[in-house]
Amino acid sequence: MASVCFYFQGHQPLRLRHYTVFDNGNRYFDDYKNAAICTKVANKCYLPANRLLLNLIKKYDGRFRIAYSLTGILLEQLQQYSPEVLSTFDALAETGCVEFLAETYYHSLSFLYSRDEFLEQVSKHMETIEYLFGQKPRIFRNTELIYNNDLAALIESTGKFDAIASEGADHILGFRSPNFVYRPKGCDKLKLLLKNYALSDDIAFRFSDRNWSQWPLTADKFAQWVSAVNGNGNVVNLFMDYETFGEHQWADTGIFDFMNHLPQEILKHPDNDFKTPSEVARSYEPVGTIDVPHLTSWADTERDVSAWLGNAMQSNAIHELYRLEKKIKNTSDEIIIADWRKLQISDHFYYMCTKYFADGDVHKYFNPYDSPYDSYINFMNVLHNLGSRCSARTAEPALCGLSQDKGRPGLQTQIGD
Amino acid sequence: MRVFMLGWEFPPFISGGLGTACYGLTKAMDRLNIKVIFCLPATADSDYATHVKLLTPSSKLSTSGKLRNVVFRTIPSLLQPYSTSQGYKQHLKEKRKAQSQGSAAICSIGPTDYSGDMYTEVHRYAAIAAELAKDEEFDVVHAHDWMTYPAGIAVAKASGKPLIVHIHSTEFDRSGEHVNQMVYDIERMGMHAADKVIAVSNFTRNIIISRYGLSAEKVEVVYNGIEHNGNGNINLGETQIGKDEKIVLFLGRITMQKGPEYFLMAAKKVLDVMDNVKFVMAGSGDLMQRAVEMAAELGIGQKMLFTGFLHGEDVERIYRMADLFVMPSVSEPFGLVPLEALGNDVPVIISKQSGVSEVLRHALKVDFWDIDEMANKIIAVLKYPPLGVTLRDHGRYETGKLRWKDAAQRCAQIYEELLVTV
Repeated sequence: MASVCFYFQGHQPLRLRHYTVFDNGNRYFDDYKNAAICTKVANKCYLPANRLLLNLIKKYDGRFRIAYSLTGILLEQLQQYSPEVLSTFDALAETGCVEFLAETYYHSLSFLYSRDEFLEQVSKHMETIEYLFGQKPRIFRNTELIYNNDLAALIESTGKFDAIASEGADHILGFRSPNFVYRPKGCDKLKLLLKNYALSDDIAFRFSDRNWSQWPLTADKFAQWVSAVNGNGNVVNLFMDYETFGEHQWADTGIFDFMNHLPQEILKHPDNDFKTPSEVARSYEPVGTIDVPHLTSWADTERDVSAWLGNAMQSNAIHELYRLEKKIKNTSDEIIIADWRKLQISDHFYYMCTKYFADGDVHKYFNPYDSPYDSYINFMNVLHNLGSRCSARTAEPALCGLSQDKGRPGLQTQIGD
Repeated sequence: MRVFMLGWEFPPFISGGLGTACYGLTKAMDRLNIKVIFCLPATADSDYATHVKLLTPSSKLSTSGKLRNVVFRTIPSLLQPYSTSQGYKQHLKEKRKAQSQGSAAICSIGPTDYSGDMYTEVHRYAAIAAELAKDEEFDVVHAHDWMTYPAGIAVAKASGKPLIVHIHSTEFDRSGEHVNQMVYDIERMGMHAADKVIAVSNFTRNIIISRYGLSAEKVEVVYNGIEHNGNGNINLGETQIGKDEKIVLFLGRITMQKGPEYFLMAAKKVLDVMDNVKFVMAGSGDLMQRAVEMAAELGIGQKMLFTGFLHGEDVERIYRMADLFVMPSVSEPFGLVPLEALGNDVPVIISKQSGVSEVLRHALKVDFWDIDEMANKIIAVLKYPPLGVTLRDHGRYETGKLRWKDAAQRCAQIYEELLVTV
C-alpha cells in the first residue's frame, strides 16, 4: 500500500515598516505592504488553489484527501485583507476530507527559547482552528519543521497529539526510508511522520526547473514514482509550502494542471490511496525508533536552524526578544503582548541571514530588505521601543496616583480595563 | 604582452587613489609577466638633469618588493625652476614640428582659460611621452585619467597601437555639475579616441555612457583590488579620546565630492541622542575651513576632531581607534578607503553613490543625502555590538576576494581581445 499524504503549509509574515532610532510610535508593521502582499498571494495562490482542491475533493468523492497547517498570523491577515479566502478554507473543512494541523500561532521559534510561551502559542493556535474550522487538531508540526527528541517528548506530554511531523533528512534517517511511520526516541505513544523530501521538492522546487533532467514533470510520471514505493513503504509524505501553487511556481509553469491530473494518475494504481496525517497515524504502526538529539529543519541543504540563528545578529536579536518575556507579560497589556509575539515570527530572523547573501539566491526573493544588516537594525530599533513601552507601562500606575500598597492583581485589573 | 602605460602619480608620490590603483595594478601585472613601461611626470622634489630618466626597480620609485617587468620613465615636471608657461609653448612648438600628425589632436584643444600648470603640464607630457615612446616596443597603450589622455592619443597615433583609457574618476565626480569645460573636453576626446574604455565601476560606466556619449559596448568595467597587508598591533597611546567613547571616522579629502557636510549633519543627529561618541575627520582639502566652521555652527565642535592629512602609521593608528568608518561621498567612482578600513577591522557605512557599493555587500549603504538614515545606521552600529561584529567578520572576508590580480587579468583579457580585432 502506498498512501499519499499531502500537507500544505500556509504562512505570510508581518513585515515591519522602516523604523529608525528616531521613531517612537507604537505602530511597527507595514500595513500597506502586508495587505498588498496578502491580497496578491490570495489571488495568485490561495483562491485558485483552494478552488481546484475543492473541486478535486468533490470529483473523487472522498478518495482525494489533504491537510493544511495555516499559521495564526496568516489567518489574521486573511480575515483582515482577504476574507473570501477564509470562506473557501471553511468550505474545504466542510468536506470532511481536509485535516488541519496544529503549530505555533505566530510561526515562532519559541520552542527553542521559552517552553511556556511555546505551549501558550500552540494552545492559541488550536483554539483558533477549532473556532474557524470546527476541528481539534491531533497532529503537530513545528515552525519550519524544526524538530528534535525534546520537542517530541514535550508534545507527547501534552497528551493532545497522535503524531508529529518532521523532515526526513538523510542525516537522521541514515539508510532508512521516510516512507514508514516511526516512533520518536523517548516517546511511548506519539508517532513520527517524515517528509519525503525528494518527491516533495520535485514539486515544490524543481517543477519549473528546465535544467532538471526530469523536466517537464507530468502527473503520470510523478504517479509512477509514487507507485514505485509499493512494496517498500507505506506512505509518501508530501509536505510543502502552499505558496508553491501559483506563487513559487507560477501558474504558467503548469503547476495547477499538474495538480488537477495528479489524483487521477495516483488512483490508477489499485494499491494507492490518499490519507490525511491523522489517518496515516491510525493506519500504520511504527517500524522503528528515530533518534534526533540535534535540531533539524526543512530549510536549505543543511536542514538545520542556521538560516535563523546562524550569525551574531540573529542570535543577539532573538535573545534580546525572549529576555523581555517576563517584563512584557507583567504588563498584562494585550496590545504589548501581541506586538511582542508578532516580533517572534521566524521570518524576522530569516531576513538577517548572511549565509547566501553573497550569492543572492532563494533567500533574496522573500526578503523585503536590501541587506540582512538593514533588517537587524530595523528589528532592534523596534524591539528597543517595545521595551521602553513596558517600562512606561509599569511606571504608569504610580503616575496615575494609585497607592503603592495595592497588590499586583489589583494593578492588573486596572490596566486590563 | 607589453604595455606602454601612462600615469600621473605613483607611490610614494601620491595625492589620492589614482597612484594607489596604478601601483596595485602594475604590481599584479608584473606577477602575470606582463611587461609594463610606466611613464609619469616626475614630482617637484626630483632633480633629474635630463628629460628622460630610466629608473630601475631598486631605485626609490618602487616602494616595496621587486617589479621585474615594470620599468619607469619619468618626465620632469614644469614645477621645476627652469620651466615657465612660455618655455612650455616654445618647447611644444618644437615638438610639434618634430612629430608627424601624431600631435594634431593636441593642437585642436580649444580654450586656454585654464592656463594654469595642469594645462601646460598635460600637453607637455603628451609631447614628450610620444617622443619617448619611439624608442620603446609595446603592444598596447594604457592611459589612466584625463591628464594622460592627450599623451595616450599621441603615443597611440605615432605607434599605431590600440589605446585603452582607464577612468578612475570623471569631471562630474570631482566638480558636480560645475564642470571645467577644458577638462571635460579632454576626457571626452580621450574616451572617443580610445579603442576601449575601462571604468572602475558600473556607476562610472553609466556616467561615461550618459555624459560622454560613448556606445555601451565600448566600455568595460574592471573593479579595483586592494592590497592586503598584515597589521601589527599598535599601542593606543595618548589621545584626546577616552576609552568609553566611541569613534566614528571620516577619512579622505575634505572636498565637495566626498560629502563632508553630510557627515557633519549626521553627526549632529547622532549627538542629539547619544553622548559618548566622537567624530573624527581625517584629511584635508578645500572645504576644510568650511567644515570646521560648520561643526561650530551646528554646536558640535567639542565632539569633532579635525586631524588634517594623516600619513602611514597615523592612518593605521586612527583605524585601530575607530569603531566605524563612514564614506558619505556624493559621487565616488570606486572608493578604496572603505576597503582599507575593513582590512583594518573597521565596519563601514558607504554611500550608494559609489562604485565600491557594487562589490561590497557586507557594508551598510545609504544615499549620501539621507542624513536621517545615515545617523540611524551610525547609532545602530554603536548601540548594537553584534552588528559591527558581523559586518567586520564578513566584510574582511569579502575584501579578501577583491584582488588586483583579477583586475590585471581582466585588463590582459581586454588587451588580447583588442589585438585580435585590430
